[in-house]
Amino acid sequence: MALPPLIADLRRRLGPKNVVHAPSELAVYDCDAFTVDRHRPDAVVFPHSTAQVVAAVETCSKHEVPIISRGSGTGLAGGCTPTKGGVVVMLTRMNHILELSLPDRLAVVEAGVPNIQLARHLAGTGYQYAPDPSSQGASTLGGNVATNAGGPHTLKDGVTVHHVLGIEAVLADGSILQVGPVEDPAVLDLQAVLCGSEGTLGIITKVWLRLTRAAENHRALRAAFTSVDDATATVSRIIAAGIIPAAMELMDRGILGAVEEAFHFGFPPDAGAILIIELDGPAVGLEEKQRQMVELCRSNGACEVLEAQTAKERETLWKCRKLSVGAVGRLSNSYMIQDGVVPRTRLPHILRRIAEIARHHQVRIVNVAHAGDGNVHPILLFDERDRDEVRRALAAGRELLDECIACGGSVTAEHGIGIEKIEFMERLFAPADLRAMRRLREAFDPHGRMNPGKLLPA
Amino acid sequence: MDTTRGDISNPPADHNPARNVDHHLFLECVHCGLCTATCPTFTELGDENDGPRGRIQLMRMVAENQSPLTDRMRRHLELCLDCRACETACPSGVEYGRLIEPFRVAVHETEQQAKVEQQFDWFREIVLYRLFPYAERLRAVLAPVRMAQRLGLWAAAERIGLLRLAPGRMGRMVRLLPPPVRQGPRLPRFLPAVGRKRAVVGFFVGCVADVMFRHTHWATLRVLQQNGCDVFIPEGQGCCGAVHLHAGSSRKAREMADANLVAFELDRCDAIVVNHAGCGAMMKEYGVHWHDGLQPHREKFAAKVMDVHEFLDDLGLLCPPGRIEEVATYHDACHLGHAQEVTEAPRNLLGTIPGLTLRDLPETEICCGSAGTYNLNEAAMADRLAQRKLDNIVATGANLVLAANAGCLLQIGREVRRRKLPLRVMHPMDLLDLSYRGECLV
Ligand SMILES: Cc1cc2nc3c(=O)[nH]c(=O)nc-3n(C[C@H](O)[C@H](O)[C@H](O)COP(=O)(O)OP(=O)(O)OC[C@H]3O[C@@H](n4cnc5c(N)ncnc54)[C@H](O)[C@@H]3O)c2cc1C
Ligand code: SF4
Ligand code: SF4
Repeated sequence: MALPPLIADLRRRLGPKNVVHAPSELAVYDCDAFTVDRHRPDAVVFPHSTAQVVAAVETCSKHEVPIISRGSGTGLAGGCTPTKGGVVVMLTRMNHILELSLPDRLAVVEAGVPNIQLARHLAGTGYQYAPDPSSQGASTLGGNVATNAGGPHTLKDGVTVHHVLGIEAVLADGSILQVGPVEDPAVLDLQAVLCGSEGTLGIITKVWLRLTRAAENHRALRAAFTSVDDATATVSRIIAAGIIPAAMELMDRGILGAVEEAFHFGFPPDAGAILIIELDGPAVGLEEKQRQMVELCRSNGACEVLEAQTAKERETLWKCRKLSVGAVGRLSNSYMIQDGVVPRTRLPHILRRIAEIARHHQVRIVNVAHAGDGNVHPILLFDERDRDEVRRALAAGRELLDECIACGGSVTAEHGIGIEKIEFMERLFAPADLRAMRRLREAFDPHGRMNPGKLLPA
Repeated sequence: MDTTRGDISNPPADHNPARNVDHHLFLECVHCGLCTATCPTFTELGDENDGPRGRIQLMRMVAENQSPLTDRMRRHLELCLDCRACETACPSGVEYGRLIEPFRVAVHETEQQAKVEQQFDWFREIVLYRLFPYAERLRAVLAPVRMAQRLGLWAAAERIGLLRLAPGRMGRMVRLLPPPVRQGPRLPRFLPAVGRKRAVVGFFVGCVADVMFRHTHWATLRVLQQNGCDVFIPEGQGCCGAVHLHAGSSRKAREMADANLVAFELDRCDAIVVNHAGCGAMMKEYGVHWHDGLQPHREKFAAKVMDVHEFLDDLGLLCPPGRIEEVATYHDACHLGHAQEVTEAPRNLLGTIPGLTLRDLPETEICCGSAGTYNLNEAAMADRLAQRKLDNIVATGANLVLAANAGCLLQIGREVRRRKLPLRVMHPMDLLDLSYRGECLV
């Protein structure tokens, strides 16, 4: 049987080994970590170089099919789900660290390098690439840029866009755009535009990243509270006292159960919530800040405060937090994680509302939060085979995000819009804002081929 | 919106390759993808089909009758090393081994029953099934090769490329053979503790390990004795059965397991000690593979199995006295680190050797490509992984690589010889033994 022309062309341009098109092999590309919506692509290609990415884009243009970039597929918003079919461009074979220059504090990497690979190469050098999403063990740096990923240390270090010096990307017409890495005088900042563009403006092939000095001294502690309210109130008090921790994370009782089962860390079983707080900086004064912090936790009702004594203990504490979302698989066979943001002072309110919404829709919801940023991640548990439960979970998710908007917040801080949040865009942005974004997108991609149906509502 | 994925009210039929997989294990995978970047085959190939999440989805599609098992799907599943790095990475506790293993066994059984017009796989039938698991037969077959090695013909053959002429998998197997070392005499049935008696253990000998690494067995036994262990080495024990199970022959594996059940007197020993990770991992799982009348007994047996590092670390190692001024790096064998979750113990033990510098090995959690008989069946991928492993080893600057599994020792050893590197490849027990004996490396 003759191959469809699109497949034949892709095989010719990229080589047969770099094209997958059998239906049974396409199935695994039907979604990312957002499993509610699924759709198979027509083909998947695995370019080894920017030139091959150009070849893929040109072929897709010729056949007028959508192009969907994909890294490790850990996205939580359906960003790389091929809702309209088309060709998935996997960046995973472009996984080389091209240059590490510590004197210039610069790393140049291909888009498919996993975040952790860079971190491993930097271990022991005294330098770090700061953004550390919880998915760091798997997600690619290209994916991190495309979603403008954040992480627990965002509170102090900022998100991905603050650490990107330059981007190379292949645009819809097959041309290669390179912005940075030298700082151009402030004209139109295309780098910032590409950060968080979720594959709608171009395929990122290479990034120049800023390295920063890793803090030499850390103090990590965990404080357990009997109620979520006490924990959230403490967060505000700490910031009000003028201390900016490197990270301040909250986990509630529901998620602690899963974490404890996974890692046997020894969290107090009756705690309503715990905070993980990390301080860093010069040794002088750190001790004092730490003491103040413990004092603040205690005076705000912490029933137990434990300080990590060794680097290993600190590492384990972070491992528990970072893998906590993944560990919810122990509670339920499907989940949906939300990414709401509220002004920090509204944290107590939003967490109370989440509990009410869960009761009302009869959906189990557990919470983790980058509490210092007012970024809550309610995780809605359901069984994907139970249609009614899926419906209730979706409804609860929607209501909860509405509440975030009502509080003056937003529906995403770091996970992106994808397909999951698209319906909220019209409530988040004024018509004029959305129009400007659409025009920008059209300027990059006049035929609407780059990841169509994502990010901006039609 | 597509929310229903397959219908489980229709359980897999008798001919379905997923018939022996407990379906609930599939559901534990929440599709987060956090396992992808530590999977050796995904890291090399970048295709979700060659990663854990994809493989789980492929098997699940078959289980839920959404797709037959196509040749392509089968290839992706065959390429899996069963190294279980994904289990370590998975925060949801997905037991991947309990998905892929029964799945593969069923695929193989179906083939056998249907007697598909299939070529007689002489390598599998004769070498893997009839030769490998039986130490005596293997020793006999290897004798001429050993003789050639001793006479120096080997080096000559290697030099003029004769060995490369050996065909296919047989040739790969020959090239894996390490240069001969003094193996030591047959193992006795009992060795007494030196000094105060602290424990009584049964020692598992195995098949390939006994033929190629008997010197390591002797080293292990001496270390156990030095640490106050009475050691029984019962007769009648044999191969652990892993070779058969992983090649898809469950019945033969069970027979081997049950022979070991008979050989060891459980009540007499505190632990059954194993020094090669592949065997240890298999024996710790005796209780889960088969569900017949003997299962409770197999569970009891499995509960006593301990890796030698784990055992000694628990017992409290009596520090070895001899200085060894070397720079070493420790490679986590998949079947120790991932399957048995033993990672700290070997490092703790090695840390007690005076003078030894232990450097961290980058990507230590990624398989070296040995994976049981994988390196014989999946040559291309095995070679890629061996090279990746060696690059990482070289980057540490160590002159000594330690690994606690026969397959890894052979695989890394072969790559070291191929590149002609000045690197020693040893089992941690070999090194500890040297230190107890106050000898240094030659
Ligand atoms: C358990 C878990 C925890 C998580 N924790 C965090 C967290 O703490 N912080 C956070 O920010 N996110 C988090 N995420 C979300 C996700 O990991 C991030 O969005 C990550 O940046 C995605 O990287 P990826 O390589 O997997 O990209 P993918 O999922 O493959 O793609 C994500 C989006 O980026 C686009 N894209 C990918 N690569 C490219 C490219 N080279 N060029 C153009 N577009 C591209 C895709 O089209 C898609 O729209 C988490 C996810 C999981 C499953
Ligand atoms: S196996 Fe575990 S880590 Fe991998 S996708 Fe499934 S749940 Fe996530
Ligand atoms: S067992 Fe190893 S090779 Fe197989 S899917 Fe898991 S990590 Fe990959």
